[in-house]
Amino acid sequence: MSEGTSPEPTDDFDARLKNAREGRRPSEAETDGPTTSAQGIGTALRLGTELVAALAVGVGIGHALDIWLETGPWMMIVFFFLGSGAGALNVYRVASGIGLSPGYRRPTVKGNEDEDEDGGKPGNGSSV
Amino acid sequence: MANPLSQFEIKPLIPIEIAGIDASFTNSSLMMVLTVTAVTAFLTLSMRGRALVPGRWQALAEVTYEFVANMIRDNVGSEGRRYFPFIFSLFMFILFGNLMGMIPFSFTFTSHIIVTFGMAIVVFLGVTLIGFIRHGAKFLGYFVPSGVPVVMMPMLVPIEILSYLSRPVSLAIRLFANMTAGHTMMKVFAAFIIPLGFLGGWAPLAVDVALTGFEFIIAFLQAYVFAVLTCIYLNDAIHLHH
Repeated sequence: MSEGTSPEPTDDFDARLKNAREGRRPSEAETDGPTTSAQGIGTALRLGTELVAALAVGVGIGHALDIWLETGPWMMIVFFFLGSGAGALNVYRVASGIGLSPGYRRPTVKGNEDEDEDGGKPGNGSSV
Repeated sequence: MANPLSQFEIKPLIPIEIAGIDASFTNSSLMMVLTVTAVTAFLTLSMRGRALVPGRWQALAEVTYEFVANMIRDNVGSEGRRYFPFIFSLFMFILFGNLMGMIPFSFTFTSHIIVTFGMAIVVFLGVTLIGFIRHGAKFLGYFVPSGVPVVMMPMLVPIEILSYLSRPVSLAIRLFANMTAGHTMMKVFAAFIIPLGFLGGWAPLAVDVALTGFEFIIAFLQAYVFAVLTCIYLNDAIHLHH
Protein backbone atom coordinates (compact mmCIF):
# COMPACT_ATOMS: atom_id res chain seq x y z
CA MET A 1 0.00 0.00 0.00
CA SER A 2 2.63 2.54 1.13
CA GLU A 3 6.19 2.96 -0.14
CA GLY A 4 7.05 -0.40 1.41
CA THR A 5 9.93 0.00 3.84
CA SER A 6 11.58 -3.36 4.33
CA PRO A 7 10.29 -4.43 7.81
CA GLU A 8 6.64 -3.73 7.16
CA PRO A 9 5.88 -6.15 4.32
CA THR A 10 7.67 -9.05 6.06
CA ASP A 11 5.68 -8.41 9.24
CA ASP A 12 2.55 -8.35 7.22
CA PHE A 13 3.57 -11.56 5.50
CA ASP A 14 4.35 -13.26 8.82
CA ALA A 15 0.98 -12.22 10.19
CA ARG A 16 -0.84 -13.45 7.11
CA LEU A 17 1.11 -16.71 7.15
CA LYS A 18 0.22 -17.20 10.82
CA ASN A 19 -3.42 -16.47 10.10
CA ALA A 20 -3.43 -18.88 7.20
CA ARG A 21 -1.80 -21.60 9.26
CA GLU A 22 -4.22 -21.18 12.13
CA GLY A 23 -7.17 -20.89 9.81
CA ARG A 24 -6.34 -24.16 8.12
CA ARG A 25 -6.77 -26.46 11.07
CA PRO A 26 -10.44 -26.22 12.06
CA SER A 27 -11.77 -25.95 8.52
CA GLU A 28 -10.24 -29.26 7.52
CA ALA A 29 -10.96 -30.96 10.81
CA GLU A 30 -14.65 -30.53 10.04
CA THR A 31 -14.52 -32.68 6.94
CA ASP A 32 -13.26 -35.65 8.89
CA GLY A 33 -16.27 -37.94 8.66
CA PRO A 34 -14.89 -40.94 6.75
CA THR A 35 -11.53 -40.74 8.49
CA THR A 36 -13.01 -41.24 11.94
CA SER A 37 -14.84 -44.41 10.94
CA ALA A 38 -11.66 -45.70 9.30
CA GLN A 39 -9.86 -44.88 12.52
CA GLY A 40 -12.42 -46.97 14.40
CA ILE A 41 -11.82 -50.04 12.27
CA GLY A 42 -8.10 -49.39 12.45
CA THR A 43 -8.24 -49.35 16.24
CA ALA A 44 -10.24 -52.58 16.30
CA LEU A 45 -7.66 -54.29 14.10
CA ARG A 46 -4.85 -53.12 16.34
CA LEU A 47 -6.10 -54.67 19.56
CA GLY A 48 -5.27 -58.30 18.89
CA THR A 49 -1.78 -57.76 17.57
CA GLU A 50 -0.85 -55.37 20.40
CA LEU A 51 -1.50 -58.15 22.93
CA VAL A 52 0.35 -60.85 21.04
CA ALA A 53 3.29 -58.68 20.00
CA ALA A 54 4.17 -57.58 23.55
CA LEU A 55 3.92 -61.17 24.78
CA ALA A 56 6.14 -62.40 21.94
CA VAL A 57 8.72 -59.70 22.59
CA GLY A 58 8.71 -60.52 26.32
CA VAL A 59 9.16 -64.24 25.81
CA GLY A 60 11.78 -63.63 23.12
CA ILE A 61 13.86 -61.34 25.36
CA GLY A 62 13.51 -63.78 28.26
CA HIS A 63 14.63 -66.69 26.11
CA ALA A 64 17.59 -64.73 24.76
CA LEU A 65 18.62 -63.75 28.30
CA ASP A 66 18.35 -67.40 29.37
CA ILE A 67 20.67 -68.51 26.59
CA TRP A 68 23.09 -65.68 27.32
CA LEU A 69 23.17 -65.93 31.13
CA GLU A 70 22.39 -69.69 31.31
CA THR A 71 19.75 -69.09 33.95
CA GLY A 72 17.49 -71.98 33.01
CA PRO A 73 13.89 -71.11 32.36
CA TRP A 74 13.69 -68.35 34.95
CA MET A 75 14.24 -65.24 32.83
CA MET A 76 11.73 -66.53 30.32
CA ILE A 77 9.16 -67.05 33.06
CA VAL A 78 9.74 -63.58 34.48
CA PHE A 79 9.60 -61.96 31.06
CA PHE A 80 6.53 -63.97 30.12
CA PHE A 81 4.62 -62.25 32.89
CA LEU A 82 6.17 -58.87 32.14
CA GLY A 83 5.29 -59.33 28.47
CA SER A 84 1.70 -60.25 29.20
CA GLY A 85 1.53 -57.22 31.48
CA ALA A 86 2.83 -55.02 28.69
CA GLY A 87 0.37 -56.59 26.25
CA ALA A 88 -2.58 -55.99 28.54
CA LEU A 89 -1.35 -52.43 29.08
CA ASN A 90 -1.10 -51.86 25.31
CA VAL A 91 -4.63 -53.15 24.76
CA TYR A 92 -5.93 -51.00 27.60
CA ARG A 93 -4.27 -47.93 26.14
CA VAL A 94 -5.52 -48.52 22.61
CA ALA A 95 -9.04 -49.33 23.78
CA SER A 96 -9.33 -46.36 26.12
CA GLY A 97 -7.97 -43.97 23.50
CA ILE A 98 -4.89 -43.00 25.51
CA GLY A 99 -2.65 -44.01 22.66
CA LEU A 100 0.61 -45.75 23.32
CA SER A 101 2.34 -43.19 25.49
CA PRO A 102 3.09 -44.18 29.07
CA GLY A 103 1.19 -42.89 32.03
CA TYR A 104 -2.44 -43.39 32.79
CA ARG A 105 -4.09 -40.22 31.67
CA ARG A 106 -5.18 -38.95 28.31
CA PRO A 107 -2.37 -37.08 26.59
CA THR A 108 -4.33 -36.26 23.44
CA VAL A 109 -5.81 -33.02 24.78
CA LYS A 110 -2.43 -31.92 26.04
CA GLY A 111 -0.91 -32.73 22.67
CA ASN A 112 -3.33 -30.42 20.93
CA GLU A 113 -2.57 -27.66 23.40
CA ASP A 114 1.14 -28.08 22.74
CA GLU A 115 0.44 -27.72 19.08
CA ASP A 116 -1.57 -24.54 19.52
CA GLU A 117 1.20 -23.13 21.66
CA ASP A 118 3.64 -23.81 18.88
CA GLY A 119 1.36 -22.05 16.46
CA GLY A 120 0.93 -19.13 18.86
CA LYS A 121 4.58 -18.50 19.63
CA PRO A 122 6.49 -18.09 16.41
CA GLY A 123 9.92 -19.66 16.46
CA ASN A 124 9.26 -21.84 19.48
CA GLY A 125 9.22 -25.35 18.20
CA SER A 126 9.34 -24.67 14.51
CA SER A 127 12.77 -23.04 14.68
CA VAL A 128 14.62 -26.35 14.47
CA MET B 1 -1.46 -74.45 -7.70
CA ALA B 2 -3.60 -76.34 -5.19
CA ASN B 3 -1.51 -75.23 -2.26
CA PRO B 4 -3.00 -71.97 -0.94
CA LEU B 5 0.41 -70.91 0.34
CA SER B 6 2.24 -71.34 -2.97
CA GLN B 7 1.29 -67.77 -3.90
CA PHE B 8 3.74 -66.49 -1.29
CA GLU B 9 6.72 -68.40 -2.66
CA ILE B 10 9.82 -66.39 -3.41
CA LYS B 11 11.16 -67.24 -6.84
CA PRO B 12 14.55 -65.88 -7.90
CA LEU B 13 14.28 -64.30 -11.34
CA ILE B 14 17.89 -63.16 -11.76
CA PRO B 15 20.22 -65.13 -9.47
CA ILE B 16 22.81 -62.83 -7.90
CA GLU B 17 25.28 -63.91 -5.25
CA ILE B 18 27.52 -61.39 -3.51
CA ALA B 19 30.16 -62.82 -1.16
CA GLY B 20 28.14 -65.92 -0.40
CA ILE B 21 24.96 -63.94 0.30
CA ASP B 22 21.99 -64.71 -1.89
CA ALA B 23 20.95 -61.31 -3.22
CA SER B 24 18.90 -62.53 -6.15
CA PHE B 25 16.40 -60.33 -7.91
CA THR B 26 13.20 -62.18 -6.98
CA ASN B 27 9.54 -61.85 -7.83
CA SER B 28 9.26 -59.90 -4.56
CA SER B 29 11.94 -57.45 -5.73
CA LEU B 30 10.21 -57.16 -9.08
CA MET B 31 6.93 -56.22 -7.40
CA MET B 32 8.70 -53.65 -5.22
CA VAL B 33 10.33 -52.08 -8.28
CA LEU B 34 6.96 -52.08 -10.06
CA THR B 35 5.31 -50.51 -6.99
CA VAL B 36 7.85 -47.70 -6.79
CA THR B 37 7.51 -47.16 -10.54
CA ALA B 38 3.72 -47.08 -10.29
CA VAL B 39 3.73 -44.63 -7.38
CA THR B 40 6.21 -42.36 -9.16
CA ALA B 41 4.29 -42.56 -12.41
CA PHE B 42 0.98 -41.92 -10.67
CA LEU B 43 2.22 -38.82 -8.87
CA THR B 44 4.35 -37.30 -11.64
CA LEU B 45 2.04 -37.99 -14.59
CA SER B 46 -1.13 -36.94 -12.80
CA MET B 47 0.45 -33.70 -11.59
CA ARG B 48 2.03 -32.87 -14.95
CA GLY B 49 -0.80 -30.57 -15.97
CA ARG B 50 -0.66 -28.55 -12.71
CA ALA B 51 -4.13 -27.24 -13.47
CA LEU B 52 -5.79 -24.79 -11.10
CA VAL B 53 -8.99 -26.79 -11.43
CA PRO B 54 -7.72 -30.37 -11.18
CA GLY B 55 -8.76 -33.08 -13.57
CA ARG B 56 -9.59 -36.60 -12.38
CA TRP B 57 -6.03 -37.85 -12.02
CA GLN B 58 -4.75 -34.67 -10.48
CA ALA B 59 -7.66 -34.68 -8.03
CA LEU B 60 -6.76 -38.23 -7.04
CA ALA B 61 -3.13 -37.31 -6.45
CA GLU B 62 -4.17 -34.24 -4.46
CA VAL B 63 -6.59 -36.30 -2.38
CA THR B 64 -3.84 -38.74 -1.39
CA TYR B 65 -1.53 -35.85 -0.56
CA GLU B 66 -4.17 -34.10 1.52
CA PHE B 67 -5.11 -37.36 3.23
CA VAL B 68 -1.58 -37.96 4.51
CA ALA B 69 -1.04 -34.27 5.26
CA ASN B 70 -4.20 -34.18 7.38
CA MET B 71 -3.22 -37.42 9.09
CA ILE B 72 0.11 -35.91 10.12
CA ARG B 73 -1.46 -32.63 11.19
CA ASP B 74 -4.12 -34.36 13.30
CA ASN B 75 -1.75 -36.83 14.96
CA VAL B 76 1.55 -34.99 15.20
CA GLY B 77 0.71 -31.34 14.69
CA SER B 78 2.59 -28.68 12.80
CA GLU B 79 5.98 -30.05 13.82
CA GLY B 80 5.25 -33.26 11.98
CA ARG B 81 5.26 -31.53 8.61
CA ARG B 82 9.00 -32.08 8.32
CA TYR B 83 8.44 -35.84 8.28
CA PHE B 84 5.74 -35.71 5.63
CA PRO B 85 7.93 -37.05 2.79
CA PHE B 86 8.87 -40.15 4.77
CA ILE B 87 5.36 -40.95 5.95
CA PHE B 88 3.88 -40.24 2.53
CA SER B 89 6.42 -42.53 0.84
CA LEU B 90 5.76 -45.24 3.41
CA PHE B 91 2.00 -44.95 2.99
CA MET B 92 2.13 -44.98 -0.81
CA PHE B 93 4.59 -47.88 -0.91
CA ILE B 94 2.45 -50.07 1.35
CA LEU B 95 -0.81 -49.00 -0.27
CA PHE B 96 0.37 -49.66 -3.82
CA GLY B 97 2.08 -52.87 -2.75
CA ASN B 98 -1.13 -54.12 -1.17
CA LEU B 99 -3.28 -53.04 -4.10
CA MET B 100 -0.97 -54.45 -6.77
CA GLY B 101 -0.93 -57.70 -4.85
CA MET B 102 -4.65 -57.89 -5.57
CA ILE B 103 -3.97 -58.25 -9.30
CA PRO B 104 -4.33 -61.96 -10.17
CA PHE B 105 -1.02 -63.86 -10.58
CA SER B 106 0.95 -61.00 -9.04
CA PHE B 107 2.81 -61.15 -5.76
CA THR B 108 2.09 -59.35 -2.48
CA PHE B 109 5.42 -58.41 -0.96
CA THR B 110 3.72 -57.06 2.18
CA SER B 111 2.75 -60.67 2.99
CA HIS B 112 6.35 -61.35 4.00
CA ILE B 113 7.18 -60.50 7.58
CA ILE B 114 10.77 -59.59 6.75
CA VAL B 115 9.53 -56.82 4.47
CA THR B 116 7.04 -55.43 6.98
CA PHE B 117 9.51 -55.84 9.84
CA GLY B 118 12.16 -54.05 7.82
CA MET B 119 9.86 -51.06 7.42
CA ALA B 120 8.72 -51.24 11.05
CA ILE B 121 12.26 -51.31 12.42
CA VAL B 122 13.20 -48.28 10.30
CA VAL B 123 10.23 -46.42 11.78
CA PHE B 124 11.08 -47.60 15.29
CA LEU B 125 14.77 -46.68 15.14
CA GLY B 126 14.01 -43.38 13.43
CA VAL B 127 11.41 -42.37 16.01
CA THR B 128 13.67 -43.41 18.91
CA LEU B 129 16.54 -41.39 17.42
CA ILE B 130 14.29 -38.36 16.95
CA GLY B 131 13.21 -38.70 20.58
CA PHE B 132 16.79 -38.83 21.84
CA ILE B 133 17.95 -35.99 19.59
CA ARG B 134 15.12 -33.71 20.66
CA HIS B 135 15.00 -34.56 24.35
CA GLY B 136 18.37 -36.13 25.11
CA ALA B 137 18.46 -38.25 28.25
CA LYS B 138 15.06 -36.87 29.24
CA PHE B 139 13.62 -39.27 26.68
CA LEU B 140 14.41 -42.10 29.11
CA GLY B 141 11.84 -40.54 31.42
CA TYR B 142 9.40 -41.85 28.85
CA PHE B 143 9.63 -45.24 30.53
CA VAL B 144 8.78 -43.90 33.96
CA PRO B 145 5.01 -43.55 34.18
CA SER B 146 3.88 -40.48 36.07
CA GLY B 147 1.78 -40.64 39.21
CA VAL B 148 2.97 -44.07 40.25
CA PRO B 149 4.32 -44.94 43.72
CA VAL B 150 8.06 -45.69 43.82
CA VAL B 151 7.41 -49.21 45.13
CA MET B 152 5.73 -50.15 41.86
CA MET B 153 8.55 -48.80 39.68
CA PRO B 154 10.71 -51.95 39.47
CA MET B 155 7.75 -53.76 37.95
CA LEU B 156 6.26 -50.99 35.83
CA VAL B 157 9.43 -49.72 34.17
CA PRO B 158 10.24 -53.11 32.55
CA ILE B 159 6.63 -53.35 31.44
CA GLU B 160 6.85 -49.89 29.86
CA ILE B 161 10.10 -50.83 28.13
CA LEU B 162 8.58 -54.06 26.82
CA SER B 163 5.52 -52.14 25.70
CA TYR B 164 7.81 -49.78 23.80
CA LEU B 165 9.86 -52.61 22.29
CA SER B 166 6.70 -54.37 21.14
CA ARG B 167 5.88 -51.50 18.78
CA PRO B 168 7.86 -52.60 15.72
CA VAL B 169 6.79 -56.20 16.26
CA SER B 170 3.12 -55.34 16.40
CA LEU B 171 3.48 -53.02 13.39
CA ALA B 172 5.17 -55.78 11.40
CA ILE B 173 2.87 -58.62 12.49
CA ARG B 174 -0.30 -56.64 11.84
CA LEU B 175 0.44 -55.84 8.20
CA PHE B 176 1.97 -59.23 7.43
CA ALA B 177 -0.79 -61.23 9.13
CA ASN B 178 -3.62 -59.29 7.52
CA MET B 179 -2.22 -59.65 4.02
CA THR B 180 -1.23 -63.31 4.40
CA ALA B 181 -4.51 -64.36 6.04
CA GLY B 182 -6.66 -62.56 3.50
CA HIS B 183 -4.88 -63.92 0.46
CA THR B 184 -4.76 -67.45 1.88
CA MET B 185 -8.46 -67.38 2.66
CA MET B 186 -9.31 -66.21 -0.85
CA LYS B 187 -7.22 -69.01 -2.30
CA VAL B 188 -8.80 -71.64 -0.03
CA PHE B 189 -12.32 -70.63 -1.06
CA ALA B 190 -11.29 -70.38 -4.70
CA ALA B 191 -10.03 -73.97 -4.56
CA PHE B 192 -13.58 -75.11 -3.68
CA ILE B 193 -15.32 -73.47 -6.63
CA ILE B 194 -14.56 -75.99 -9.42
CA PRO B 195 -14.67 -79.22 -7.32
CA LEU B 196 -18.14 -78.38 -5.98
CA GLY B 197 -19.49 -78.30 -9.52
CA PHE B 198 -22.05 -76.11 -11.23
CA LEU B 199 -24.61 -76.34 -8.43
CA GLY B 200 -22.47 -76.10 -5.33
CA GLY B 201 -19.71 -73.90 -6.68
CA TRP B 202 -21.67 -70.69 -6.43
CA ALA B 203 -21.43 -70.50 -2.64
CA PRO B 204 -17.61 -70.30 -2.44
CA LEU B 205 -17.63 -68.05 -5.50
CA ALA B 206 -19.96 -65.65 -3.68
CA VAL B 207 -17.69 -65.78 -0.63
CA ASP B 208 -14.69 -65.03 -2.83
CA VAL B 209 -16.43 -62.05 -4.40
CA ALA B 210 -17.17 -60.69 -0.95
CA LEU B 211 -13.62 -61.43 0.20
CA THR B 212 -12.18 -59.60 -2.80
CA GLY B 213 -14.02 -56.45 -1.80
CA PHE B 214 -13.01 -57.00 1.79
CA GLU B 215 -9.37 -57.43 0.77
CA PHE B 216 -9.42 -54.08 -1.00
CA ILE B 217 -10.64 -52.47 2.22
CA ILE B 218 -7.90 -54.28 4.16
CA ALA B 219 -5.29 -53.24 1.60
CA PHE B 220 -6.17 -49.59 2.14
CA LEU B 221 -6.80 -49.88 5.87
CA GLN B 222 -3.51 -51.57 6.67
CA ALA B 223 -1.55 -48.93 4.77
CA TYR B 224 -3.51 -46.31 6.72
CA VAL B 225 -2.93 -48.05 10.07
CA PHE B 226 0.80 -48.38 9.41
CA ALA B 227 1.06 -44.69 8.51
CA VAL B 228 -1.14 -43.49 11.36
CA LEU B 229 0.81 -45.52 13.93
CA THR B 230 4.03 -44.05 12.57
CA CYS B 231 2.45 -40.64 13.18
CA ILE B 232 1.41 -41.59 16.72
CA TYR B 233 4.89 -42.87 17.58
CA LEU B 234 6.38 -39.73 16.08
CA ASN B 235 4.02 -37.62 18.17
CA ASP B 236 5.10 -39.46 21.33
CA ALA B 237 8.74 -38.80 20.52
CA ILE B 238 8.22 -35.13 19.66
CA HIS B 239 5.80 -34.19 22.43
CA LEU B 240 7.12 -36.02 25.47
CA HIS B 241 4.08 -36.32 27.75
CA HIS B 242 5.03 -35.62 31.30
